[in-house]
Amino acid sequence: MTDFRYPGGAAGIYYPIALGLVCFLLIFTGGCRLNDPYRATERGKNIFYTTFNEPPKHLDPARAYSSDEYDFLGQIYEPPLQYHYLIRPYTLVPLTTEAVPSPVYFDKSGKRLPDNAMPEKVYRAVYEIKIKRGVKYQEHPAFAKGPDGAPLYTRLREADLDGITQISDFPKKGTREVVSDDYIYEIMRLADPQIESPVLSILEKYILGLKGYEEALRADLNEVRAKRKEAAGAAYNQELDEKANPVALDYKKHPLPGVEKIDDYTFRITLNTKYPQFVYWLAMPFFSPVPEEAHAFYKQGVLADKNITIDRFPVGTGPYMMAVYNPNMEIILEKNPNFHGERYPATGEAGDAGKGLLKDAGGALPFIDRIVFKLEKEAIPRWNKFLQGYYDNSGITSDSFDQAVTVSAVGRADVTEAMREKGIRLLTSVRPSSFYSGFNMLDETVGGYAPARQKLREAVSIALDYEEFIEIFTNGRGIPAMSPIPPGIFGYAGGEDGINPYVYDWDASRNKPVRKSIEYARKLLEEAGYPGGRDKEGRPLVITFDNPWTGADATPMINWYMKRFRLLGIQLENRTTDYNRFQEKMLKGNFQFFTWGWNADYPDPENFFFLLAGSNSKVKYQGENVANYSDPEFDRFFRIMENMDNSPERLKVIRRMTAIVQKDAPWLFGYHPVSFGLFHSWVGNVKPNAMANNTMKYLRLDPAQRESQRDEWNGPNFWPLIVVAALFIIGSVPAVISTRRKREAGRKRP
Amino acid sequence: MLTYIIRRILYAVPIVIGVNVLTAVLFFYVNTPDDMARKTLGEKNVTPAAIENWKRDHGYNLPTFLNAKETGVSTVTQTIFFQKSVPLLWFDFGRSDRNNIDIGGEIKKRMWASLAVSIPMFLIGILIDLTFAMILAYYRGTYLDIWGVVLAVIMMSVSTLFYIIGGQFVLGKVLKMFPVSGYDTGLYSVKFVILPVIIGIIGGIGVGVRFYRTVFLEEINKDYIRTARAKGLSEARVLFKHALKNAMIPVLTNVVVSIPFLFYGSLIMETFFAIPGLGNFTIDAIQSQDFAIVRSMVYLGSILYIIGLILTDISYTLVDPRVRFE
Repeated sequence: MTDFRYPGGAAGIYYPIALGLVCFLLIFTGGCRLNDPYRATERGKNIFYTTFNEPPKHLDPARAYSSDEYDFLGQIYEPPLQYHYLIRPYTLVPLTTEAVPSPVYFDKSGKRLPDNAMPEKVYRAVYEIKIKRGVKYQEHPAFAKGPDGAPLYTRLREADLDGITQISDFPKKGTREVVSDDYIYEIMRLADPQIESPVLSILEKYILGLKGYEEALRADLNEVRAKRKEAAGAAYNQELDEKANPVALDYKKHPLPGVEKIDDYTFRITLNTKYPQFVYWLAMPFFSPVPEEAHAFYKQGVLADKNITIDRFPVGTGPYMMAVYNPNMEIILEKNPNFHGERYPATGEAGDAGKGLLKDAGGALPFIDRIVFKLEKEAIPRWNKFLQGYYDNSGITSDSFDQAVTVSAVGRADVTEAMREKGIRLLTSVRPSSFYSGFNMLDETVGGYAPARQKLREAVSIALDYEEFIEIFTNGRGIPAMSPIPPGIFGYAGGEDGINPYVYDWDASRNKPVRKSIEYARKLLEEAGYPGGRDKEGRPLVITFDNPWTGADATPMINWYMKRFRLLGIQLENRTTDYNRFQEKMLKGNFQFFTWGWNADYPDPENFFFLLAGSNSKVKYQGENVANYSDPEFDRFFRIMENMDNSPERLKVIRRMTAIVQKDAPWLFGYHPVSFGLFHSWVGNVKPNAMANNTMKYLRLDPAQRESQRDEWNGPNFWPLIVVAALFIIGSVPAVISTRRKREAGRKRP
Repeated sequence: MLTYIIRRILYAVPIVIGVNVLTAVLFFYVNTPDDMARKTLGEKNVTPAAIENWKRDHGYNLPTFLNAKETGVSTVTQTIFFQKSVPLLWFDFGRSDRNNIDIGGEIKKRMWASLAVSIPMFLIGILIDLTFAMILAYYRGTYLDIWGVVLAVIMMSVSTLFYIIGGQFVLGKVLKMFPVSGYDTGLYSVKFVILPVIIGIIGGIGVGVRFYRTVFLEEINKDYIRTARAKGLSEARVLFKHALKNAMIPVLTNVVVSIPFLFYGSLIMETFFAIPGLGNFTIDAIQSQDFAIVRSMVYLGSILYIIGLILTDISYTLVDPRVRFE
């Protein structure tokens, strides 16, 4: 018998090698998927696999405000309203309410006004919201009760939390029906200074008494902190103190007149002005119901020490609930068994039925049992795993664009042959966003409203050829903008009517806009007092360009801007800074030319035109009007337009505002990005919806097809490795032989 | 030895405090609390009032090093530096500025993922580097040695990023032998760890082999090796028993100091392979300007470095009896 411990004999070497080879063949060539990143137990299950590229900062509905966070929140929390999944233009429909609320207007004397009342006459706008009965929260330990009916987990000690790292680890859970108090409670949470809600500064302008309520809560917080500091003396450390003993403010101590409970299923929100866009806010997570029990549960230092907070473990009513929250690796949502039941829409746009989008009409939502979000920070592994079938959908980065998409001679984008063979589909949609460049209207050289300055800005608008920019830097994924309003938003005009006449001419023969010539731009510049880009004294016109760009595309993009300005003889002085410095410059007005972007909060032109309203000037009012544009006529129209419902009259006002801003040219309108999404053939019911964030419930999967495709695409291939190893061994043999001979010769030497 | 270790630990105290001061100075020089607030609060609706509130709620409204508004001890204690850095001395890392998570808990959780990759990469890597270095030393002067060195120089000149992307492409995408990226808990993590370990080892071979080969070549030209050969010992025995043992001092200098850093993980590797380790954690914190995490990780790094140096000194005495603690 050979002893493996002493590899002296020939068998001592060959046995382990033979054994290893057999194991290798058994394990690695059994037809299994070695590159499968999921556990075998998940095979064939109705699970949707997708990615996220950055851990969400917040999952508290009062605080979260980015699309990355809404990917999760939208599936868990349910605000009163939602956008219809299929119908365009975007239409609000009830989600947890009986109907979309209509405002009732009152004048100062309390007299009811007609629906089309002029804004200056409206003293109060009241939204009465009736919520659906029978909507229940997901199972959660915050609702768990002991035999005496008292909450079970509100006085937790460290020892109680042994082995508990997630909400699902708590042995007892409970639920209850959603009532109007929960919606009111959430609105109160928006004013809690510890929550730092990003929309408080906007909503306190509208909701009656919200500003005063916030100030009262802040005063309470400051008082608590002052007392604690006094008690602790010089050793007081606010962070450590509040980590151990979180400050739980009493929301009911102060009145909030703008929010009123009528009964358990009805509440009223009162605004101090007419604000028709308010209804869109009711479709955002900020207005989702949050139970008071969750507040009491999560305000425990021992839970915060374990990172179990409402910012990580939501308590919702939606179709999914948080099952695993490990933002460093994966976030898993599971079907909420308490979901109140919703049906797939029975109607859609023309053409939706033909695309199979109405096959599931009336079907009970959600269709998918579990959604697994995997953290993938880098684009290359994400893309490779999508091609291997391990992710069900994917975006397209510049690196993979040519591999994924082909653009026809008429500009129509489609998937490449390789993608089509895999059954991958491309879905495109124009995002309700604008990426624009602008001038500082307060600047002495490029700002102001004199005709000469307008001509200078118009000349630059012509010279900056955004068609070229889109082609070079976004692989054609954008539409040159003619005004601030993107397609799909009320007030957008396409075709000849919609062109910016100061930058484009309409080419009737080709039925498309054509950018005015650079010669014309030079002429405008000359009329502006800068012939050939020089002033009267012959000094070159130098314009500074502020941007926070980083990354591989930054330098080529800056060079492109400089090159386009150079066509007019203007010297563009680049001032790239980090994002914070950039923000600071914008705030102080210390810039001439800049770039910026805006994603719509809601599908209304007001959400774009307010970026140019004088009352929102960045320098004067710290608003979002970065160009500091202020035209009295535009501002007057804005005040009218923002309070109008969509109608032909509103359209007229929008047209007038567009014309003013096109003439003044504070912005180069840039482009509206088009998003490209890829989906595997086993994913159904996909229709891009840029406004809705709760769309996962509509998707359907064919797990059996996915399994068979994954098997087909992922058979391991070992031959190249064997060849490389063989070459290495063969290549080493002569050296071994030569060294042996040398050593033997050395030994034989006397 | 104990006295020596205690003395070294005491020497470390001013170093650690100095590192903390320097981190705070550098961080706040580049990044003011206003910048941090802006970065954390997002891009929309960030008003000056919101920034002030954020600073007050996170304790960044205090002066950095000296609070002239306070009296007595409070002039020092009621400062950002004192409030944020002093609890580090008893390893209370506080909460993240970005999303308020408990940093200590996060470090405890993430270090296992870093260790799962870095320990096998480190151990197998050293073994392979030493083996290849000795093979080259054994075949010195042959074309195997020449081309081995050339290959090592080429390999050490190639960027780590190339190995990662190339490895993911060849082994993950083309040969489909491993998951391209990802991680799982417990034993399920094994299949995710293999590819980064292989790539990490291959990426380190060039530097390791070149270094250890030089060490071995220097050693095998010494008198005691000549004596061993004269006694008729085989070349393999001469190399693996005598030369290796005596080459341990430079090897240990290179190796032991790295041991404490194993749990720190690899910054790039973890990002590309989506491994939820501490390297990933640090990169995220730097990108999101989270001073609380950056300061904790720098502090931890300085402690680990000091531990590494002490361990190296101790290991010298174990391999070379001539080395004594003085």
